[in-house]
Order: sequence, then structure tokens, then C-alpha cells
Amino acid sequence: MRLQLGIAVTHLLARKRQTLVSLSGIVLGTAFFLAVSALMQGSEKDFIKRLVDNSPHITVSDEYRGADIQPADMKWPDAAVNIRSVKPQTEVRGIRGHQQKLAFIESIPGLRVAPALTGSVVLTFAGRIQGVSLTGLVPESMREVSSIEEKMIEGSLEALNVNPNGIIVGIGLINKFKLAMGRNVTVTTSDGVVRSMKIVGIFRTGTANYDETQTYALLKKVQSLLNRPNRVNRFVIQLNDPNKARDVATIIEQRIGYKSVSWLEASEDIMSLLTVRNVIMYSVVTAILVVAAFGIYNTISTIVMEKTRDIAIMKSMGFHASDIRLIFLSEGLIVGLVGSLLGILLGLGLMWILDQVTLPVSQFGGPTHLPVYRGQRQFFIAFGFAMISAIAASYLPANKGGRVHPVDILRGSM
Amino acid sequence: MTTLLKAQSLVRTLPLTVPVTLVQDISLEIDHGEFVAIMGPSGSGKSSLLYLLGLLDIPTSGRLWLDGQETSGFDEDTLADIRLSKLGFVFQFHFLLAEFTALDNVMLPMRKLAKLSELQIQQRAEQLLKDLGMADHRHKRPDQLSGGQRQRVAIARALANDPLIILADEPTGNLDSVSSANVKEILRDLATHQGKTIITVTHDPVFAKAADRRIGLVDGRIDDQWVHPGLQK
Ligand SMILES: Nc1ncnc2c1ncn2[C@@H]1O[C@H](COP(=O)(O)OP(=O)(O)OP(=O)(O)O)[C@@H](O)[C@H]1O
Ligand SMILES: [Mg+2]
Repeated sequence: MRLQLGIAVTHLLARKRQTLVSLSGIVLGTAFFLAVSALMQGSEKDFIKRLVDNSPHITVSDEYRGADIQPADMKWPDAAVNIRSVKPQTEVRGIRGHQQKLAFIESIPGLRVAPALTGSVVLTFAGRIQGVSLTGLVPESMREVSSIEEKMIEGSLEALNVNPNGIIVGIGLINKFKLAMGRNVTVTTSDGVVRSMKIVGIFRTGTANYDETQTYALLKKVQSLLNRPNRVNRFVIQLNDPNKARDVATIIEQRIGYKSVSWLEASEDIMSLLTVRNVIMYSVVTAILVVAAFGIYNTISTIVMEKTRDIAIMKSMGFHASDIRLIFLSEGLIVGLVGSLLGILLGLGLMWILDQVTLPVSQFGGPTHLPVYRGQRQFFIAFGFAMISAIAASYLPANKGGRVHPVDILRGSM
Repeated sequence: MTTLLKAQSLVRTLPLTVPVTLVQDISLEIDHGEFVAIMGPSGSGKSSLLYLLGLLDIPTSGRLWLDGQETSGFDEDTLADIRLSKLGFVFQFHFLLAEFTALDNVMLPMRKLAKLSELQIQQRAEQLLKDLGMADHRHKRPDQLSGGQRQRVAIARALANDPLIILADEPTGNLDSVSSANVKEILRDLATHQGKTIITVTHDPVFAKAADRRIGLVDGRIDDQWVHPGLQK
């Protein structure tokens, strides 16, 4: 093994320029893959983090996903019966038996849940009118499942407990209505109930529409306002591990029947966009490494061709075909190994440069640096890919070298 | 003297569209320590016979015994192992590895055999080169050596694993008369004083004269009547 490796190294060192060219293919391929995937994964993780942090991991609503199976279908499942105009049942009165259902959800480990009742109301102040969505919540549990508290710029969720007649509105509405903390607004429901409520908190999420049309009040207050005493129409769930959202949502939906949507499902279009991005990245990088592999193939087949005489000498001397194969495979392996290690170094360098790039700070925070993610997996993929292409590229020429018959060469040159 | 190499009815045919017979019905015996010269006109099959005797090529039919062992039916790797430990080759053109020094070239077969330690291998290689008057040139690469010097390195390499037989194909074919005489003396000395068996193909009548026995080859067959023009009385 040492002998064959020694010969391989000698071959490579004897053609420095060619070796360097095939080496740089692997180095660049590996480095670019690492830099690009660090950025891609970084931005993806950053994006998902915002998505996960700012939206409920699972929302259970008072809807059903499909219509109930009709008795006729149950009786004759294979029959050519077509029942039309069957619609999913809607629960105008909210989630039935929400106490027990809440208890069931709370019994699942690793999650926090908060009930909510959301309805549409109209706010009026000094002659201005705005239709908004009013969510009734329990401050103690809502705080656990949403980031609304962090978005408060004045007042707090807690203030709702102190003042049951309080309402929390967004900065957009405040600006539109020229409102301020402590002022009273008039709330009108679709049933014609009219109440005056006091602004006890202001939030800002950075999303204009949200900041204008979302309002919060105490659950009990909203229940009475909307004339749905003791009802809720939504459970908001936050998980310790957001990646389990899909599974947990399925479990909940199977058990309680109501539609449970995980954040993954809710953002499916965005998630598939991320997948497309990944496919594009991997294709580009695969292409780079395939080109690099051709470089290695070219170098090693050239060496094998130039070295047929040497192969004949070594074989006549008593080298086996496997020794010859090993020599040329090692040459590919050495190029792959050295190339991918240098590539990883260069990749780390590129990542460091990306780290130095600063972005102008946006109004609502956001990243001031490029999100560069250094995942172990990328390094393994880059290394593995480089090694596989190097081995694959040297396999054919190595095999060809092993098959050289010394007599054919001796006859030709005598 | 005992028989070291025995060939019986060796035939080698190239399976081309029109089959070409390289050697035909060769039977011969070569003893331990014998120096044999194979001679004959160009294209008569001398090299082809040498490849068969050196286990580099496999006969189409016929049998071959080497050191008491019947070699037919052996696979490529087994034949390679026999070549490594029992045979040494010297060709017309030097056939050294270009990127390695003289010393490395001589060490190569010993490293492959791996019977000696690296230090012993180096000492033996240096001794072999010294015996052949190449001590001063041991760190030179083949392109820094003259034809005669390269051929002496090739002989040193052929001797590396202390083989029973040295097979040489026109070892002086590419050398001037002084170098030729030198190579001739080296081979003659190996047979006389070290008991090596030498089988060499040659066109050179002076070289052939040094051999114990000459085998004439015409059209792939042994022809005892054939005598090199330079050797006719
Ligand atoms: N690949 C081949 N295809 C066809 N004929 C071949 C081939 N190889 C060798 N021959 C023929 O086989 C015969 C024997 O060749 P070989 O090389 O053994 O002769 P030789 O006696 O060594 O000749 P020289 O003295 O010129 O070296 C020659 O007539 C040659 O033309
Ligand atoms: Mg010949």
C-alpha cells in the first residue's frame, strides 16, 4: 500500500501543472458549495425562525376539513352513488366542548396552548370607522404562545386583567385614528351591541395591515360582547420543537376532529419555494463538481496513457493488476482528499468574508449581517461529494491501467 | 547440473482474423547456471519465445516447467508472483521508471516483494549498483544516465530479488561496443560466479560467443542447423 501510494504521489508531483488544475476544480467546487449552501441554509433558517416565532405552530379552528361521510356512502362504499351539495359543517357557535378538548391538548407533552375567540367588530372614534378583528384572549396563556407581548410598545397584556374593559390595538390604528393610550373607542358588533372600550396597550409588528386591523381584549369580555358566552373558536399552540408541528397537528385533528393547521401547512407555498431554492443550489454545485470530476478523469487518464510503458514494466516485474489499479485510484483519491480539504478551508474563508458583509438596518430590526450557517452536514456533503466524484473519475482509467498487458507494450516498442 | 526450465511443444498463436503463429512446437531444457543465447533472423519469434519462457505470455498449447513447477493453468497474479521472486528481465531499451532515481528503480521489486526491511532493501540496492560500477550514479534519474549506465541499472534491478533466471532481450542491441562488452562480461560473470541462469536474445555474434549454448530460431521453430553469419567458420 505504501509502495503504491508512493508511486501515485510521484506521478502527481511529476506533472504539477496538470495536478494543480484538477485540484483547483475540486477546491473551487467544494468551497463554492460550502459558501453558497451556508448562505442558503442560513437564510432559510433565519426565515423559518421568523415564521415560526411570529406565527402559531399549530392553530385549531372551529372548522372541519371535509364534509362528514354520508350514511349512503357508509352503507355502500363502492356503490355508484354520488351525493351532491354536501358541505362541511360550520360551527357558528365555536369549538364544541372546548374545555375537554383544551384539557386533551394540554395533556400532550412539549406544548403550550391558549384558547381564543375571534370575531369581527367595527371601531369608531371621532367619526372615523374601521372594521377590525377582535380577539379575546387569556393574557396568562396567550403570553406563552405568541410574541404579541414582545411587540407591545406601550402598555401590556397584563393591563387587560386590571381593566376588563380594556382593548389593545396596533400602532397603525392609533396613527389612523389619531388615538393615544387611555382614550376610549366605541366597539360595535354585528348584533348591534355597542360598547365603549379603553385603550390599554399598543403594539407594533411591522406589518401594516396587521397593525391596523388586529385588536385584543379579554376572552370573557369578547365572549359577552359577541354573545357567545363560554365559547372559543381557536386554540393557538406553540411547541417546544416546531419541527414536530405536522405530527402533533395530525394527532390533535384525529382526536378532536377540528381542523388543525401546522405552520408548515399554513406556509406550504413558501416552504416549497425553499425546496426549489435548494434544488437549484444542489444542481449548480453538482454541475461544478461534475466538471471538476471531468478534470480529474482527464488528468488520470492522461497519466495512465503516458504511463502504459511504466505499467508494462511494473507488471513484467511482478506487480498485480490490483497494484496498478490501486496506484491510479490513489491518485484520484489524493486529488479528492487534498482538494476537498483545501476546498473546506477556502469555503471557511468565503464564509468569513460573507460574515463581514453588513446590510443596512431595516426599520423593524431584521438581520444586519448575512445569515451564514455552518452546519456539520454541509461539510460532510461537500467532502463526500468531492471524494465520490474523485473516485468515480479515477475508477475508469485505473481499471484500464490494470488491464494493460506487458507483452502488448513490449512487442510494440521492440 | 539439473534442469531449471523445461518447455514441451510450446505453441503461441495470435488469434487474429488471420491467425499468426509466433512460435511453433518449441521443446527445450535449460539447466541451472547455464548461459543460453537465442539467435535467429529478425521476425523469427525470438522475443515471443522469451516472453513465454519468462511467464509474461501464456502459450496457446504446450507445457512449461520452471524450477520443478508446472506453470500451465496459473492465473495472472500467480504468474506475476513467480516473476517477482524467480525471474529478472532486461530489455533492449532500458525500461526504467523515468521519475525515479537509479536507486529507487532497483529498490522497486524488493519493495513489492516486501521480504526485507526498508533499510536492508536500500543497502542491497546500493550494493548491487556498486557491484555494477554505478555507485556514483545511484541518485540520478534515468534521463541523466547514458545508455550503458541505464542498462546496468536495469541489470541491477533484474537482480534485486535474487532471481534464478535473468531473461534479456537484446540487452546490448542499443549500446556501443564498449558498453556491449561491459554488459556481456557482467552477464557472463553472473552465470559463472553466481550461478544465475541467463537466457538472452541477441543479434550480436560477439555476445553470443560468450554463451554456453546457442539456440537457433527460424520461422518460430528451433533450427539447429541455423548459424549466425558472423559465427560461420
Ligand atoms: N501483434 C502482431 N500482429 C501480427 N504479427 C505479429 C504481432 N506481433 C508479432 N508478430 C509477428 O510475429 C513474429 C515474431 O515476432 P518476434 O517479435 O517474436 O520476432 P523477433 O525474432 O523477436 O524479431 P526481432 O529480431 O526483429 O526482434 C514476427 O514475424 C512478427 O511480425
Ligand atoms: Mg525481438
